[in-house]
This record gives sequence, structure tokens and C-alpha cells, in this order.
Amino acid sequence: MKGFGRYMIFLGSLFVRRETFMTYYKLTLEECINIGIKSILLFVLVSTFIGGVTTLQTGANLISPFVPRFIISNVVREMTILELAPTIMAIIYAGKVGSSMSGGLGTMRITEQIDALEVMGINAASYLVLPKIIASLMMYPLLVIVSGICALLGGYLVGTLTEILTPTEYVYGIRYSFNEFFISFALIKSIVFAFLIASISSFKGYYTQGGALEVGIASTQAVTASIIAILLADYFLAYLLL
Amino acid sequence: MIKIKNISKSFGDKNVLDGISGEFVKGKTNLIIGASGTGKSVLLKCIVGLIQPDTGNVFYDLRNFTEAEKDMKSEIRREIGMLFQGGALFDSKNVEENVMFPLNILTKMSAPEKIERVNFCLQRVGLEGINTKMPSEISGGMKKRVGIARAIVNNPNYLFCDEPNSGLDPQTSIVIDELIMEITHEFDITTVVVTHDMNSVMGIGESIMFLSKGHKLWDGSNKDIMHSGVEELDAFVFTNKIMKRLKTE
Repeated sequence: MKGFGRYMIFLGSLFVRRETFMTYYKLTLEECINIGIKSILLFVLVSTFIGGVTTLQTGANLISPFVPRFIISNVVREMTILELAPTIMAIIYAGKVGSSMSGGLGTMRITEQIDALEVMGINAASYLVLPKIIASLMMYPLLVIVSGICALLGGYLVGTLTEILTPTEYVYGIRYSFNEFFISFALIKSIVFAFLIASISSFKGYYTQGGALEVGIASTQAVTASIIAILLADYFLAYLLL
Repeated sequence: MIKIKNISKSFGDKNVLDGISGEFVKGKTNLIIGASGTGKSVLLKCIVGLIQPDTGNVFYDLRNFTEAEKDMKSEIRREIGMLFQGGALFDSKNVEENVMFPLNILTKMSAPEKIERVNFCLQRVGLEGINTKMPSEISGGMKKRVGIARAIVNNPNYLFCDEPNSGLDPQTSIVIDELIMEITHEFDITTVVVTHDMNSVMGIGESIMFLSKGHKLWDGSNKDIMHSGVEELDAFVFTNKIMKRLKTE
């Protein structure tokens, strides 16, 4: 509870003694490149393979004369939009971006760079963390969209190349009984997860004390805490919105 | 001038500072000295506001910093330049960007004015022509000098240096000490240096405060430190053979 209280105070401190809009604008653009652009390749790679493997495994379980083949791509679609793209990718995002945020801030803390900002009269938490959170909120939903498209394309490639189903069946399954709200649901999840990962990782890094060993510990704690928060939020969002 | 009154600070059961009072004079290099773990850095952090003291007040030219509102604190902090032990340069920025940083954030100077000021400060610390180097590409002594350039770039009224000689060879240490002293006199600022280096004490200690186990035991200048009559200070000063020989002579 004490940790949660400190986390809430930390979040509150992001919005006091702010710098100018232009300062945040530049920093947020830099963070968007670090967080978003530099993560695209990993997301494309992982989601394409996951989409392909999901198609293979669903196919292996559903190939039966009583089940139409397009159901395979239908299942892949539902899994991708509801869980794989927003949630599984969030865990990967926490591992890549969250640990980097925590490690970066932790290093700044132990090398007194954060103290240097404070001495200059700058609200270091707001200056360093707010752009990361805003950039995360902007970039992660885009990464989820890219991820979803890549997973479906991966499924298409694997499904058709291994002749589990024809291109027509795959596309038909993708379009069959489509609920548009699931897209909104995935985007809502992505925004919540983006906030949780960026804020928890920054919090863990910002309050690092000690040396290099503690920076590593803070990064590990950031990823662990982010993943737990993602899973809890995933459950509550599914419970509330579906 | 900076005045501290009855500063105390504890961490848990450990009393690190106990009722420290004193003055740091404008236009002089004011040293806070003492052995490791005596609370020098904690006192410095209390003075600049990085640590909130349990009791006591810090006055910057009669402005009560400890009890000031956040805006007032920010205003005073913008008059402060600080050199940290490791330089605390921003890893992601090159030398020029590091030195320019306070100007970007705290002033509305035009880009050419900022460049001119940065080059002046780098020249002042003897580092012209390294603007595009990254902190990882320069030596420890150069990092300290870039740190000094960053600390003075916004014309501070108060300069704080936390162990400016740590990790440096004796020759570079003297260069850094002399630079700090010259800057203090040249810009007529209040400089506070935390150190346990006796070369610095004898070289630039125009005004000295000696701490031992969280207490202030003595203040004076490098001229009378040899004859303080304070047992703990003598133990601190005359630890090496050269100083012992000086005393006997």
C-alpha cells in the first residue's frame, strides 16, 4: 500500500511545475522515435510469427469434416484482436520499452543527472517522465494496430502456404461475424496498458537508489510489476467491457 | 551570501547533521571539509534543497529557502549552479547541448546568443573545440570542466561543487581548484565546495567549515587551519607525512 501511495504521489508530481509546451513537444517526439519507431521491427517479427503459429495450431485442432475451414481464420482473428495484439504484445513492450525506461531513469538517478535537473529548478519527474508516458500513449496503440495486421498476414501466409485453408476461406473467416467493438476494445486495452507500463517503469527507475546492481534490479522489478498490472487490468477490462 | 541556521538531519536512527550554523561569504571559495561520512554532502544537499532538513533554515541573501513556496524555490534554484561529483552530464547530449541545457530551459536567449555564451564558457574552462563530443568520449577531468561550464553558463549567483577533485589526478585537481577560485572572484559569486582533499583546503580555502560526526567543530581560513587547536581537525589535517613535517617545522 505504501508503494501504491508513492506511485500515486509520483503521478501527481508529473503535473506540477511543468515546463513550456515546446519543451514537452520536442521531448515527446524524441520518445516517440525511441519507443515507437525503434520497436516496430520487433513487433512485426513477433506478431507475424505468432499469427502464423496460431493458424497452424488452430488448424491442427479444428481440421474436421464437421467444421468449416474458415472457422480457423475466424478464431485467429478473434484471438489476435482480443488478446494477442494488445496483451501479449504489451508483455513484450514491457520487456523492451519498460525495462529501457526504468534502466535509463535509474542510471540518471545514480549518476546524479536527476539531481542536476532538480538543482536547476526543473521538475525532473515531469520533465523526464511525462514525455515518456505521452509518447507511450501515442505509440503503443499504433504498434498494436501494426501488430494485429501483421499477425493476420502471418496467419494468411502460413495458412495458405501449408494449405490448411485457401486464401478465399481465410479472408471469408476473417470477415465472418465481425464485431467492430472488439477493435475499440483492443485500442482501449492498448491505451491502459501503455499508461501502466510507462508509468510503472518510470516510477521504478526514478526512485532507484544505490549503484549499477540496483539499476538492474529496478529494471527487473519494473517489468515484473508492469506484467502483473497488465494481467490484472486485462481481466478487469474484459469483465467490464465485454 | 548564504546563511545556514541550526540545520539538523537524521536518516532513521542515524543523526547525520546536528544543529549546523554558519555563513558562506560572497566572492570567496567557502569550503566544507571533514572526513568521509561526516555529513558534508548531506549538508550541501540540504543547502541546495535536494534533501529537506529536519530542522533549521537556509537563507539565500536573506530569502528563506527552506520555508519558501515551490515557485520561490524554483526561482532561487535558477540562480544556482552546481558541479556534481561525477560531473552529472546528460549522457544523451553532447558537450554543447549539456552546457546549453540551462539556457534552453531557463532563458529566452536566441540560438546564436546561446551558442556564443556556451563557447565563452567552454573557452573559460579551457575546453574550446570539443562541442560535438559526447560525455563518454571525454576524460574525467574534462567532464568536471564541462560540469563547471554548465554550472556557470546561466550566470549563477551561487556555485556549489560536490567533491570536485574526486577521481582526478593531483595535477588536474589543482587545475579544477584554480578554475573554481578564479570563477568565484571573476564573477563575484558565492561558492561552496565540499571536499576532503587537503591540497584544495590549502589552495583555495578562503573560508572553511570543518565538520566531524555531524557537528561543526571549527571555522576559519586556510591561513589559520594549522593552528586551530581542535583535536579532530588536527587529526584530519595532519594525516600525511608532508603536513606532519610542515607542522613540526
